[in-house]
Amino acid sequence: MTNSIADIGEADVIMLTGSNTTENHPVIAERIKQAALSGRTKLLIIDPRELGLSRFATMHLKPRPGTDVAWINGMAAVVLNEGLQDGEFIAERCEGFQEFEQPLSEYTLEKVEAITGIAASDLVEAARLYGKAERASIFYAMGITQHVNGTGNVKALANLALLCGNLGKAGAGINPLRGQNNVQGACDVGALPDFFPGYQRVDDPDANKKFSEAWGVTLPSQPGLSLMEIMEGAREGEIRALYIMGENPMVTDPDVRHVGEALTSVDFLVVQDIFLTETAALADVVLPGACFAEKEGTFTNTERRVQRVRKAVEPPGEAREDHIILAALAERLGSPGPSLKPDEIMEEIASLVPSYAGIRHNRLNKGGLQWPCPDIDHPGTPILHVGRFSKGKASFNPVDYLPSIEPPDEEYPFVLTTGRILYHYHSGSMSRRSHNLEEKVSAGRVDINPEDARRLGLREGDGVRLASRRGDLISHAHISSRQPPGSIFATFHFSEETANLLTNPALDPVSKIPDLKVCAIKVERWERGE
Amino acid sequence: MVGITVNGRKVEAPDNWTFLSAVESIGLRVPTLCHHPCVADSGTCGICLVEEEVTGRLITACNTPVEEGKSIFLDTERVLEARALLLQLIFSSHPVHCEVCESNNSCKLRKLAIEAGITGREFPYRQDYRPVVDANPFYLRDLSKCISCGLCVRACQQVQGVGTYEFQQHGSAARPATVIDSDLDSSVCEFCGLCVSICPVGALIEKPSLHQGIEEKTVVTTCPYCGVGCSIGLHIRENRIIGAGAGVPDSVNNYSLCVKGRFGLDFVDHPDRLKKPLVRRGGELVEATWDEAMTEVAERLKAVRDESGPDSIAFLSSAKATNEENYILQKLARVLIGTNNVDHCARL
Repeated sequence: MTNSIADIGEADVIMLTGSNTTENHPVIAERIKQAALSGRTKLLIIDPRELGLSRFATMHLKPRPGTDVAWINGMAAVVLNEGLQDGEFIAERCEGFQEFEQPLSEYTLEKVEAITGIAASDLVEAARLYGKAERASIFYAMGITQHVNGTGNVKALANLALLCGNLGKAGAGINPLRGQNNVQGACDVGALPDFFPGYQRVDDPDANKKFSEAWGVTLPSQPGLSLMEIMEGAREGEIRALYIMGENPMVTDPDVRHVGEALTSVDFLVVQDIFLTETAALADVVLPGACFAEKEGTFTNTERRVQRVRKAVEPPGEAREDHIILAALAERLGSPGPSLKPDEIMEEIASLVPSYAGIRHNRLNKGGLQWPCPDIDHPGTPILHVGRFSKGKASFNPVDYLPSIEPPDEEYPFVLTTGRILYHYHSGSMSRRSHNLEEKVSAGRVDINPEDARRLGLREGDGVRLASRRGDLISHAHISSRQPPGSIFATFHFSEETANLLTNPALDPVSKIPDLKVCAIKVERWERGE
Repeated sequence: MVGITVNGRKVEAPDNWTFLSAVESIGLRVPTLCHHPCVADSGTCGICLVEEEVTGRLITACNTPVEEGKSIFLDTERVLEARALLLQLIFSSHPVHCEVCESNNSCKLRKLAIEAGITGREFPYRQDYRPVVDANPFYLRDLSKCISCGLCVRACQQVQGVGTYEFQQHGSAARPATVIDSDLDSSVCEFCGLCVSICPVGALIEKPSLHQGIEEKTVVTTCPYCGVGCSIGLHIRENRIIGAGAGVPDSVNNYSLCVKGRFGLDFVDHPDRLKKPLVRRGGELVEATWDEAMTEVAERLKAVRDESGPDSIAFLSSAKATNEENYILQKLARVLIGTNNVDHCARL
């Protein structure tokens, strides 16, 4: 997030898209509701599904899944046509405006309506709402990013925010909601194939030299493989050994049948986890790790806040804290250095990552610190890009709408989108082992529009079989007018019926994110015994 | 700013403050029952009475705005008498089986009664018995103990924006209820637990913490579920998490958590937790010592690296692990194996 959770209520308008916030980020949803209830903030939702936040919204537009660039560019075109752009901000703080402005004229209201299904008048009204606001923030989640054109979607949103000068002030900004407790931090500290810690590129000679000197070896300068490429490499025999710490790709990755092939193809698979997950069950060696309550360290949340994780109980049996396991492995692999304690590891991170330079465990006892935190006295940075962008001027990046690569057709007439529900979390390895949560919801279900259900002869709770070009699953139908006609929503928490049996592993060419939000499926009634 | 006097002491307070906030700003205390910092005050219970010097009126401090020149006294005889009377009226319909009530020592009503020197009922007991509702995995509702303070109603409407409860019936029979008085499981309730955590008596109880005893310590940490990063306080007894609540008030979540953060942490001591290293022998995963397992990992990684080069090995790190662990894993991959094949599920 460029901005902070605390300044949600300072927005005049919040534009929310591709986020089912009440289910996925309940406490941020609570802040958005409070802002809307205060009467000060108007909520504009643009999302194919009716959401828990919809009743708090001034407007809710429902585009067809996978058509985001079209409506975002369409809104930008309206903003320009009506002269609602922030000319001063564009002139002083941005570059590339002309290259961006020119092709936008193609996004006429008629064309956008034809692609997205959003009525022209509604789009104009939404563009005015966002464009006229003094402070307007954009919130989005995986509904924007998990597409083959996810990078394009994000760039289009960034263009819109730049166009209206909505960066560098409270109640504004571009605010992606990160899905996992420490996905931000894992990226920050370099668990990425193309970046050293602090987003310093492995193929940048200066960065490579800096880390090679700090770590006392010559480091490889070719970017490595991303997760989906690693799976592909494993199937093809290029990856022969795989070490997985605390992930469960057998449930969370698209097209899990192929993931299974990949994990059984490698010569040696190590899984370090707290449970014998679907992935760990395939391993050659399983190492018992410690969970969040059994260790010291830090997580970095969606608003870049580095916060303390504290040990409250001992790990069970012989399970060990993960950094201790890694230190033992490092020693056997010939590491010369001593093994470090978590607070010492943070000091090493701070010495190499400028935005973490002022972070120390003992500074985090009062609510944590938001990076960039460049020195030991720095109070942290609640809002990015105030007065100046880190790169100087911000660039407009013209993007074009590209149709989804797997549109519905005669054989597979429905669009499948996937996601989470309030009571469960990701692969379910934690939430499904919570007695309380599992008692509340213990099986998946697929949401289907009442009209579609009637046509298929489905009643509430009926068995239903979903099939894509990659696989099939059996679940139960939940008939809901919240679900738009022609589309199905399914979760991936339940390994026996994970939606990832169906999803498409096609990747965004830049971010390498899979297209989990649009794939074509067929749906039919299913009865036990068939 | 407005100038008022509290117990003879001059206090400067911003215009939009109440007498309660002004009193608390100088480190003094007014006892409260239906007040909580996360919701707007209603003055329902009347416990926070203070006496106005000039008129002699008793006013509720929690919801009376400060006014220039006003002088109040906190613990006058009339205030103490009125407060004791109000408490006695509450006890006229509140059971006093405190020793078997789950709320026991954390009950705000009980603490106020002790403070007011109340030792027994002064008025006849008007029993209004309602059965305990045990119909969902998270809360017990025991409306016989409800004092109709309205905190749950206000918190759900104002903080959560959900509005599960509204008062049903009138006068002393009024109780918070869902639409058509259905159980919470079939209502709009999302089981965030805020109402339970601020209920001043034992009318709302966290079911999973029942009979777990009182925590020995609370450890403030960060929630392991989504990316919001709520501050969470783990209640620990005998090396077990027996409950959880919001951590520190000045955090991203203030007093709130969601159902997963408050009730979904029992996975920590699930019997399925891995307790020993496992290695595959003859197709089966069997228990091994740490030394055996680690030697096998190191030797086989080295063998693959020597045969096929460092880029034939890949590492998946974790969006659930700490920054420190992620840092060490990527460093190990890059320095000791010599590959940049390290990623995690950021995109999933």
